[in-house]
Amino acid sequence: MNQPTPRLIQRLLRVLLVLGPFLLGSLVVGLLWGSSPTDWRLCLRALVGLHTADDVLPAILWQIRFPRVMLAALVGATLSLGGLVFQALLHNPLAEPYILGISGGAAVGAIIGILLSLAPFPGVAALAFLGSMGVMLVVIFLTPRETGDNKNALLLSGVMVNALCTALILFFVTMTQDARLHNILYWLMGDLSVALPGQIFFLGFLLLPCFILIFLLARPLNLLYLGEEQAGYLGLNVAGVTYVLLGVTSFMLSAAVCQSGLVGFVGLVVPHLLRLWLGPEHRILVPACILGGGAYLVWCDLLARVLPSQGELPVGVVTAILGAPLFIVLLQRSRL
Amino acid sequence: MNPAVRLQNVQAGYGQYAILRDLSLEVPVGSFFIIIGPNSAGKTTLAKTLAGQLHPQQGTVEILGRPLAGYSRKALARRVAVVPQYTPIDVPFTVLEVVLMGRSPHLTLAGLETRRDVEIAADAMAATQVSHLAHRRLNQLSGGEIQRVIIARAICQQPQIIILDEPTASLDLAHQVHIMDLLEQLKETRGFTVIMISHDLNLAAMYADTLLLLHQGQVAAQGEPAQVLTYDRLEQAYGCVLLVGENPLMHKPQVTLVPGRLLAQTRKYLKDTSRD
Repeated sequence: MNQPTPRLIQRLLRVLLVLGPFLLGSLVVGLLWGSSPTDWRLCLRALVGLHTADDVLPAILWQIRFPRVMLAALVGATLSLGGLVFQALLHNPLAEPYILGISGGAAVGAIIGILLSLAPFPGVAALAFLGSMGVMLVVIFLTPRETGDNKNALLLSGVMVNALCTALILFFVTMTQDARLHNILYWLMGDLSVALPGQIFFLGFLLLPCFILIFLLARPLNLLYLGEEQAGYLGLNVAGVTYVLLGVTSFMLSAAVCQSGLVGFVGLVVPHLLRLWLGPEHRILVPACILGGGAYLVWCDLLARVLPSQGELPVGVVTAILGAPLFIVLLQRSRL
Repeated sequence: MNPAVRLQNVQAGYGQYAILRDLSLEVPVGSFFIIIGPNSAGKTTLAKTLAGQLHPQQGTVEILGRPLAGYSRKALARRVAVVPQYTPIDVPFTVLEVVLMGRSPHLTLAGLETRRDVEIAADAMAATQVSHLAHRRLNQLSGGEIQRVIIARAICQQPQIIILDEPTASLDLAHQVHIMDLLEQLKETRGFTVIMISHDLNLAAMYADTLLLLHQGQVAAQGEPAQVLTYDRLEQAYGCVLLVGENPLMHKPQVTLVPGRLLAQTRKYLKDTSRD
């Protein structure tokens, strides 16, 4: 009699069965397809460990493409999930992962790292992480507790601190004249090309517990949709759940953004797209955002690699070019 | 037997500002208790204090014989359900999903609803006549339908006490009567203690076992409708002249508003009738 209701589990399995293979397929395509003109069949042979005439190919696949594709998947998953959580917590469809100043803080930290000529990992990434977490704490600390609408106060504090960070970024950019300016601009537009295998495992190790914790708090996210007062009447410790979610989400976003740079629009487009398809149930949306967001950024990164005839685009440029019109279409289809 | 609710010398409000002052009252288990009073009398503040949303600045609040402070949020939600004055209308969940949220206090944080929970939700939807709307989204319903869904969610919590803040405001006459009949039925069949805030004195008179007239954060009168709804008390509390007659069918007080232009006429009428 007291068995879990099968409807939700069936829906969850259906979503996992669609999006899981989609992400897996995207990862394989991302590995096989690249700027170096190699036959995909040769890549596939190298991928499964069969001998190929080209000795460099396994190195390209496992040392360069694999970490890059995995970083894209992890960052895409994190940004989508971050957008979903902030949209529910702040009850604002325009809330995106960088809303609490995470982008500004990370950028200031990363630029300082680049100006100090630190290595992308761990030097620049560590400073970017410290910057974003520091700014997020400042935003939460600055938000007045006694205002009637704490959500809007939090949002406005985030916008203001981000504006201050933007001024600092512009200052640094203006003052930098040498080759480091190129690195700064690439970081600001999102860059996945610097991924290392060790970095991916470290990032995965940090992100996995965050994903699990947010999934466990997906039902409270549903309750928060009704407003804080009603969620409280339904027995939810609103303040506790809100601060845990804010902390965990900001931590995972900082961990991802500090390694990828600022990749925009993923956290806006993917949650809205999935909500339009799957409805508002967060126990479905959380895993869907992880899988769907991961796949989305893998494809965006693939386009960033193969679109230009020479070199490549920063992935943030592709997500913005795709994301802005896609979001307008979503706006027309759903009543945000 | 412990009362459903007991307040002793409660002072409550927002920040440093006290709205309820030295308020003491008891609500017996299984009663239909309606709180009336003018705007700013402290009705919603009282409801929020009883629901644990607002902590009293002074005094004690007991729910079912235990201090309110001794309940966890979840334990309180298993005993007290609240139908607030406003429900966000942009909720995209289906009616069934919203009603099932009423099972939250009975589940662990990450727990899944069981078949039994779905049965309880179906029963609650049947009681409020919203079963046919189960798969419609809340943002596609009318105000009256949303109100019935939120009451279904409160029933789904399986509480002992249900607190409603103006549940019939903005409903048409038929829906007002339907909601009040439903609450009376819940009291009689399920033993709920119903605590309701209302601005409609006639509805309150017809359904309440006990009426509480709040004025400036204090009890102006408490008792059966006929004891509370008197001309003098109402004029003092509301600051306007009201005619108090009798409902011919139920023999309960019936209150009629008097327009300002008929004030002198009404006073003369009241004087003449009292002399007779």
